[in-house]
Amino acid sequence: MKPDVVVVGAGLAGLSAAVRLAEAGASVRVLAKGVGSTHLSAGTIDVLGYDADDRRVERPLEALAGLPAEHPYGLVGAAGVSTAVEWFKGRIADGPRAPYAYVGDADQNILLPTAVGAVAPSAAVPETMAGGDLRGGARVCVVGFRALKDFYPALVADNLSRGADGVEARSVELDLRPEGRADPSALAYARGFDDDAFRAEVVAQVVARLAPDERVAFPAVLGLVSPHEVWSYMEHRLSRPVFEIPTLPPSVPGMRVYATLGQLLVRAGGRVVLNTIITGAERSGDRVRSLRARVGLRELTWEPQWVVLATGGFSAGGLELDSHWVTREVALGLPVEGAPPPGEERFRAAYFGGQPMDRVGVRTDHDQRPLGEDGGRMLENVLVAGATLAGAAPWREKSGDGIALATGFRAAGLIGGGATDRADDVATTRA
Amino acid sequence: MGITDAIRRSHHEHEAPDVLGDLMRGTLDHCVKCTICETFCPVSNVTPLFPGPKTVGPQAERFRVRGEESADHSLDYCSGCGVCTQVCPQGVHIAEINTQARAKLKERDGFSLRDRIIARPPLLGRVGTPAAALANKTLANGPLRLLGEKVLGVHHKAAVPKFAGRTFQGWAKRHQSPPAPRRVAYFHGCGANWYEPAVGEKTVGLLEAIGCQVDVPRGQACCGLPLQSNGQFEAARKYVRAMGKTLAPAARAGVDIVGTSTSCTLMLKREAREILDLMEDADLKVVSEHMYDICEYLVMLHDNGGLALELQPLPMTVTYHAPCQQQGHGVGKPALELMALIPELRVIENEATCCGVAGTYGIKREKYDIAMKVGSGLFAQIQDARPDVAVCDSETCRWHIEGATGVRSVHPIEVLHHAAGLSGDLQREA
Repeated sequence: MKPDVVVVGAGLAGLSAAVRLAEAGASVRVLAKGVGSTHLSAGTIDVLGYDADDRRVERPLEALAGLPAEHPYGLVGAAGVSTAVEWFKGRIADGPRAPYAYVGDADQNILLPTAVGAVAPSAAVPETMAGGDLRGGARVCVVGFRALKDFYPALVADNLSRGADGVEARSVELDLRPEGRADPSALAYARGFDDDAFRAEVVAQVVARLAPDERVAFPAVLGLVSPHEVWSYMEHRLSRPVFEIPTLPPSVPGMRVYATLGQLLVRAGGRVVLNTIITGAERSGDRVRSLRARVGLRELTWEPQWVVLATGGFSAGGLELDSHWVTREVALGLPVEGAPPPGEERFRAAYFGGQPMDRVGVRTDHDQRPLGEDGGRMLENVLVAGATLAGAAPWREKSGDGIALATGFRAAGLIGGGATDRADDVATTRA
Repeated sequence: MGITDAIRRSHHEHEAPDVLGDLMRGTLDHCVKCTICETFCPVSNVTPLFPGPKTVGPQAERFRVRGEESADHSLDYCSGCGVCTQVCPQGVHIAEINTQARAKLKERDGFSLRDRIIARPPLLGRVGTPAAALANKTLANGPLRLLGEKVLGVHHKAAVPKFAGRTFQGWAKRHQSPPAPRRVAYFHGCGANWYEPAVGEKTVGLLEAIGCQVDVPRGQACCGLPLQSNGQFEAARKYVRAMGKTLAPAARAGVDIVGTSTSCTLMLKREAREILDLMEDADLKVVSEHMYDICEYLVMLHDNGGLALELQPLPMTVTYHAPCQQQGHGVGKPALELMALIPELRVIENEATCCGVAGTYGIKREKYDIAMKVGSGLFAQIQDARPDVAVCDSETCRWHIEGATGVRSVHPIEVLHHAAGLSGDLQREA
């Protein structure tokens, strides 16, 4: 199988690269072990929430300059990050869920409530969440469902009242179950809201219980298929701002991102192939000639012109620390940078403080090509994107979405935009 | 016995062989309960009767220890489509674990007459083929179908295939494949043998047209997949071992085996060995290494410059649905790549995961409505597209799609065969 590009990994970085490449005319296959990060994320695009000193960031693009030089954002630059975020917003707004759209941009963070009622900085967010920007204070009624185990309205309301300036929140819990399910998930509720009758019933049970000046928060389950329609309906029928608060996984806003980018990819002639584990590569000189893929009991060979490696970091399985304390990049066996030498401290007791393993990853040159042990460009036709890259601490910085999106988007540009002479093949190959 | 007792007992019996085999069961320790599988499950998304693959699989499996009753009978509502295993980011063999657990459940509860019958296509084929006209009339007769639903439990509206009245094997016996530089063996499956011999004949014709000498190993019966899906593992092992024995000589001679029944090629590629615990069967091992789905094989030839086929323009519109089992091959959608070679053919790719039927699942009285609901998105897409034909790699999916939409459904090979100028019409069975 010989597509122009194989993207390894189906998270935000891989899908962004794949959609951009496919829409530019390349034949693209996304190979992945399974579905990943989108379903586990809040669905917001967090560019930079906290700086190197753990201070909350208000203007992400400006704050990028203060990051260490070896941070992945150093590859992209502020203008590149902004372009990528605007591209993403455009693709969602043009996608199969239109007019569902994202609002906000990388210039300015807004503060949104989390599933536990803390507030967190995000740059671009679904329109259905934007009403949750509570800066300046607000009265909020948090509505939840007794049967939804991944969202506790009383916890959210109490913490918001305590922790957010000028916010007065209370909660209402409804005993409504879509289709009478015993154990409905966030997805079951989202499908419920996609249905006219269910959302009308929610409105009927909530409307009389609201104070005149309250906004209404729901768990982020306001529709999977037609979120714009559901959210507009709720705002209209309740005559006030309505917003979604992310739940624990599986995340419905994350599923909307996966489904939208996946459909855009298919419409551009690309494809996601799951249940595929890349176990290595055959090289000739400084090029990867073919990838070995394990599918079930069989091994398959893929022979792309280009490879975008977007397998994620430790949590996604793209990087691994084994029981012999060896750190490795699992798909291609690329050198990994930043792991403490044998015998030195790897983990610290304070879980959310800085960890020695935080910034471990694959180091690349400016064109996102991996560097070899000698510090020189190792592979000409492999580009690395997303959480596999060395130099970031995404969960502390709240920068994971921005890094994935910006480096994935940029990798596609480097391939399609003349990174080498072979790029011409890609640009002119159209089904 | 309570849960704690069960766990205690499992500790005491740790020296006993693991009932499900270490290979499959071991993967459930990788489950992080992310529930991504449940967000993709076509069945649990349309009915509360099935709580989802994680709930009945990695979660419930911990309470199903040796000799213990299954914690949850809703397991029987799993259709076995396998999508859960495909999307799992941790490599848990969810569908396989659930298929094995369901077999234990069925073994204890006993197999119904219906499940014994519908899981044995050769039995039906031998009865129905000689009296095809009568059998087909019976199957198309409303009152008799209602009676059949009452007595047997096969839903009266479920699409059942028509007996061809002849067999592919009969044709193959008379057919002499001319010598050619490349040799392949054809695994025809029950669908082509009893119901759609034209699919088999066209496959042989197409392979010969691109320079292959086609062997059809004699005595191919059933690969055992329907028995496996219906939990009848002992019989399934017997069937698939016999199939392994039939196909192994070709594989041992280094001849690749191609099949047009995508779920059955997957069965022989890996499912039988993994699910039926036949990893060490020497025949199945060599067969699994040489087995290809026909479209996968043709794309491979094409990539290596070996698909010498002149394709005529086909000014028509077709939809394409990749069945769940085809997706289990992990090779993308080769049928689309092949159809892209046909000038003027407009192919609309369906954006749906499952048609609902999952082999024999959707024809059962208690599951037919679920199957129709699962497939409703796909059916609407097909009907909206107003295609000349709906293309799909799996026979049971094709029959279900035809029954639900009224649109004729064909194997991708039939489209290629037609475009190669080897057959005149896509609408009728040759």
